[in-house]
Order: sequence, then structure tokens, then C-alpha cells
Amino acid sequence: MAIIKLSRPKLTVGEKIYFGALIKGFFLTMKHAVASLRNKSRGAKDLASSGLGITMQYPEQRWDDHMPDYYRGAPTLVTDEQGRERCVSCQLCEFICPPKAIKIIPGEIPSDDPWAKVEKRPKEFEIDMIRCIYCGMCEEVCPEQAIYLRKDYLISGLNRAEMVHDKKKLYEIGGVRVGLVNKWNEIK
Amino acid sequence: MSDTTTAPAEIKLPKDLAAEKGMVNVQIDGVWHQFPRGTRMIEACRAVKVEVPHYCYHPKLSVPGNCRMCLVQMGMAPRPAPGQEPTRDENGYEPIGWMPRPVIACANTVAENMGIRTTGELVEKCRQGVMEFLLINHPLDCPICDQAGECRLQEFSVGFGKGASRFIDLKVKKPKNVDIGPRIRLDDERCIMCSRCIRFMEEVAGDPVLGFTQRGTHTTLTVHPGRRLDSNYSLNTADICPVGALTSNDFRFQMRVWFLKETKTIDMNCGTGTNIVVWTRENKIHRITPRQNDEVNSCWMPDSHRLNFHYIDSDARLTEPLLRSVNGAHNPITWSEAYAKIAQELQKFSATQIAVIASGRMTNEELYLAKQLTQQLGVTALSVVPRIGEADHLLVAADKNPNTTGAKLILQQADPSSQLNAVREGVRSGAISALISLGEDLISDAEFTADDLSKLSFHLHVNHSANPTASAANVVLPSSAFTEKRGSMVNLSGRLQRLNQATMPLGQAHDDWEILRDLIQVISKEKLSIPTIENVFKKLGEDVAEFSNMTLSRISDQGVVITETNYQIPLLANERASKAAGIING
Repeated sequence: MAIIKLSRPKLTVGEKIYFGALIKGFFLTMKHAVASLRNKSRGAKDLASSGLGITMQYPEQRWDDHMPDYYRGAPTLVTDEQGRERCVSCQLCEFICPPKAIKIIPGEIPSDDPWAKVEKRPKEFEIDMIRCIYCGMCEEVCPEQAIYLRKDYLISGLNRAEMVHDKKKLYEIGGVRVGLVNKWNEIK
Repeated sequence: MSDTTTAPAEIKLPKDLAAEKGMVNVQIDGVWHQFPRGTRMIEACRAVKVEVPHYCYHPKLSVPGNCRMCLVQMGMAPRPAPGQEPTRDENGYEPIGWMPRPVIACANTVAENMGIRTTGELVEKCRQGVMEFLLINHPLDCPICDQAGECRLQEFSVGFGKGASRFIDLKVKKPKNVDIGPRIRLDDERCIMCSRCIRFMEEVAGDPVLGFTQRGTHTTLTVHPGRRLDSNYSLNTADICPVGALTSNDFRFQMRVWFLKETKTIDMNCGTGTNIVVWTRENKIHRITPRQNDEVNSCWMPDSHRLNFHYIDSDARLTEPLLRSVNGAHNPITWSEAYAKIAQELQKFSATQIAVIASGRMTNEELYLAKQLTQQLGVTALSVVPRIGEADHLLVAADKNPNTTGAKLILQQADPSSQLNAVREGVRSGAISALISLGEDLISDAEFTADDLSKLSFHLHVNHSANPTASAANVVLPSSAFTEKRGSMVNLSGRLQRLNQATMPLGQAHDDWEILRDLIQVISKEKLSIPTIENVFKKLGEDVAEFSNMTLSRISDQGVVITETNYQIPLLANERASKAAGIING
């Protein structure tokens, strides 16, 4: 790798005593303060602010409509249009998860199940939302398009146990996702 | 490049120097080496740490040469014209004439002045082509395949494959999830027809039940009609399967292999002392696989031994010291209370009234401390419980105690179980009224009855699991299972091998040697200076000549022979015979 040497900028005497910059900053702050009191601050309209500047009055007001598509909320499990659990418990998300929030107990699909040929699915799937850092690595690593970060950000609970999402809860939040690759549908 | 002149007649060519030792000179990737005559090219490469990817070749099995993955470029010295002297370079090697077509490294043996190239355009193209063919019909079900993470197909795909498939037709469908035996599941779509399992069952297990049917891309691995893959060695086929075609029912979908921690230790289900690897995650054992030791178990182990680990985290495990109350129920107490109680009780008896029953499943260190304990008490009645079963003429020995040889050496008795009958009679007649039983269920394994044990005034039982003897004992101390221990054992052929700790003892259970040390301490009321098991081994070395001049840590993974017993492991005799016949080379 090339090494680029950077030299410190040469400061004038005025810059070195920084008093000018302090005054400049003060005026900038005051400008924004006045603007927000007049409800004229940037983004005030988009965020439907209550009139007191850019502060959004959460939870009465929500930011949900402004969420970008790439927003990373709670990780969830999804089913597809055929109602199949997409997760086959390969445990790659458990492996990649940086804070070790995911715990999977794999299990075999019984032979009388319509999807018996998939052979494997999670017996239990837990994501500890206290540990989760919403990095999205689980979604990225999933070879079965089974785990997705949804836009849910309001994860709360009264104790630690409530903050652990189990398999049922994960499918509940995740819902159905269509248009995925259905590689298990091949003629058998 | 020395300029000293030597008469030409005295210069010995490398080929002559090698021939004197029965060796040949081989150039591998540009470097000259010497190998014994008859070595296979793939073994020669392995010996100098040059990797040749392969599927069907296994050093302990015959060579069918059917996977074609080990193709390498080979060259020999050109044959001189009549009367022509061969040209030689300054080191005395002839130039190598490289052949335009590759050869398989597994089935060809090395020869004088041979050259092997395991890299280069030809070899790389060959590997890429072979990988592409193998993957044509391979299902991409790695996410559900138990082999993922230790799959040769995955590894070589990454290392040598093309990365993308050009195959657009439908893949051939074959039977999946086939139940071919009680412990093995077959997935024919994943099979790459390497035939390792077929050869293993025929050549090593001596139960040829597997074979191929159909031809071409429809070739299918199956069991002989009316037969099942139910040999006691069937799980070895899952070990040697380079892909996920054969998987273990016991380990099926339990855990992905990349989570598992490997601990090298030894098996203690019989006197052979099979070398094993214990695969654990978070204090739970998920599987046990054999570890190669050509002087003990080669690369194999019996299923019965491999699967005998589920008791280690079962509900029957003892986790607290227990004291029996007057009404017969056992109540948990603390360790210090338990030791105090034991010391107080044992004081009531004279040395002749006390007997100690040790176990052939104890490590050398534990047996040594058990002997120290008897000496401390002045007791002469010390016996282990014999455990004789059936041998299977391969790896399972008739002696099911893993450390009989160690017990002989440490207790210095030709038959360490000789006093057992006397102890049993003593208990029955009332001559022995206090008994210390270490790690043995006397009712199930030593022909004691509950009535016999009820005659005892005091009975201390040390064991890792609940059992009928523990129910009858006054004090029960929880000890460790074999994966929770560090220590050493001597197998039937006199090889000292080390157990390593793979998991932690459950609950408040202690390691057996610590329990014995603490017992000696409370009885003698002296503090012993043995803080670690290394110190126990050192003391053992001072007392028993066979163990002198070594430390526990210095016992290598392959063990070390410390005594001659003339015991032959039958499987190794078979292996030597096929090696002598030139069938195997590893």
C-alpha cells in the first residue's frame, strides 16, 4: 500500500487563538435556535415537527414513513408463498452473528410432513434482542433467503426473557415474503 | 561446486546412493527427495507436505483409482539411444522428460529419477475438469448436509474448482435419506462414487454389504438385497465418506461441525485404548471420532464404543455429595461435611474391617492414589473389578477394563482382581464392615447383592452416575466421566496414553484424583503437596519404575510403550498383512 504523508495545516495567529471560530460557532448556533423556534428549521416539514424545531414528538409522532428501504430493524424469519418455513437451520447466521445473539436447535422434519424432502428445519430458533446489534450479517449470510431484517425497531420488554424472540415470534413478525428462489420445488 | 578433483570412478551417482538404501530419487515440484521403493506417488507427496487432492484414495484401503482427482504430471529420464551415455546435471540427476498426459498419483509408484509436478497448467486444468464432472449431479444442499464444513467436495471446489456450473440439464435424481442400517443414513445424490465405504466394509470390517448398482451417471450406492449395514464398524464409513452421502444417525442434524471443539483423548470402553477425538460445544459432547494411531487402532473404531457417551450428560449423573439419612433417602451435603463424615466413620473400624474396591476404569494416577489411600488406612484388601466380555477379532478386546495393565503395574499384582472374591465373602460374613467402592457399581458388575451391601456398617461410594450401589451407600461422592478427566492409562499392549479433558465436570462433581487426594488428607490429617495431577504422575514415577523419567504432559498424542505384554491387536495384524501384500501403502 502506498503511504501518503500528510502535513499539518499551517495556522495563522488568528486561527491559533481560535477566539474567532468560537464567535462564529456561537452565531451559527443562534441562527439555528431562532430558525427552530420559528419552525423554519431544515426538515421540519418532512418530520411533521410539532412546532418546536426539529424535535419529533415520539411516540405520538413516528418516523416510520420516512424509513428508507435499507433500514435495518429486527431480524425475523419468513415463510414463502407456499407456506414453507424457509429456514433449514444451517446455523450460518448463528456462526456469523458478531454478538452471538442467535441460538438454533436444529431438528429433522418428520417424514409425514409435505416438506419432508427438505429434511431439516429449526426445532427452536432464538434471537436475543438485547444482544442483537442490527448489523444484518445474518440476512447477508443466509443461503436460503430465510432471515430478513424488517423495519420493526420498537423492541421492548419488561424482562430479559421477553427480549428473546423465539421461533413463533420471529415468524409472526417476519410474515410471508414472496418472489424468493424456491430451490426445493424441483421435481422429485 | 567444489573445485577439488576426484577420480571419476569414485563419484557415486544419486541413483546408486539411493539404491544402497533401497530408495529411489524423486523430484517433487522441483525438489529432489528420496523415498523407499514401492511408495505410491501420493504418499511420497504427502511425506514432503505437498498436497495432492483426492477422494477415493485412503492410505488404509486398496487403490481403485476411480475419482481421478489426484492427477499429476509425471516425467522420467528419457531412454538413451543404443550406445548413448545418459546426460546428467551437476548433481548427477538425469533431465526429466515430462509426459504430455497426466497420471493418477494414488495408483502409481515412484521410480528412479522420476519427476512429479502437482502444479502447473495441465494439472490445474485436470482438477478443474474433474471437479466440474463431480458436481454435475451433486445436489446443492450444503445448508442441510451434515458434512458441510468438513466436506472434501466443498474444500476442493473452493481450492481447485471453476466456481460456476456450465451444466444446464436436469440433474439425475437418486434415492435420498435411505435407511441402510441402524446407525447410518445414505443420500445417493450426494455420493461421488469413490467406493471408500465399499472397500472399507470388505477389506477392514470383513462384512462386504455395500456395492454399486446401475451404470454411468445412474451409478447408485446400495446395500446387498436382504442385508443391512449393521456391522459394529459401520460408522467408520461415515468418517471416511469424503462427502455427505453417508452420515451418522446419532449425529444427524445435531450440530454443525464448525462449532465443535476437538479434544484428543482415548476411549475407555475396552483394553485396546482406541485413540479418539471428542467433539464438544459448550460442555456438551456431540460426537466421538477415531484418531489415527497406527500402533493402536489405525484409523478406525467400533460403533459400540463411539456411541457410548450419552450417559455423560444424562439425568443419572450425580452432581452433589450425598449422605444417606436414617430413612434411607439421600440428602445433599457439602464436600467438607462429606469428608468430615467419612473421616469420622472410618475411625470406628480397624484396618482389617475395611476393604477398598477400585476400578479398572480408573486412570493410573487415580489407581496410585487409591493405593496410597489403602496404605494410609493400613488396609490390605484392595481389588479391582474384572470385566470380561467378548472380543471381536478386530479392535474390541475381551477385557473391557481400559486400564488393566496400569492396575497390574501400579498395584503390583499379576491379577489385580484376585482379592475381589475374598472381599465379597468378607462382606457377606461380616468380617468386612466398611467398604470404599471407587467408580464401580458392585451390584451390577461385581456380583454383590443389595443384601450384602446392607450388612455393611459404612459404605462410601464414588461414582459419576447414580446406580443401585450408590442407592445402598451411606456417603456418595460425585466424580467425573472420562471426557472430564486428564490422566493416563496403559492399554493391553503396554502403551501409556493420555486422556485429555474435553468437558467440565457437572454440578459440584470433582475429578476422581482430587477426591482421593482429599480423602487421604482428611484421613491422615496432613496436607499433601500434590496440587495438580502432574504431581501425582511424578510421585507415581518415583514409586513405579515403568513410569519414571517422564511427565504426564510429555506423553505424546500417539502414546509411548512402557511395558511388553505380547498382546496383539488383531486389526493391526490384518493391516500389516495387507501392507506386506502391497494392497495398502499408508
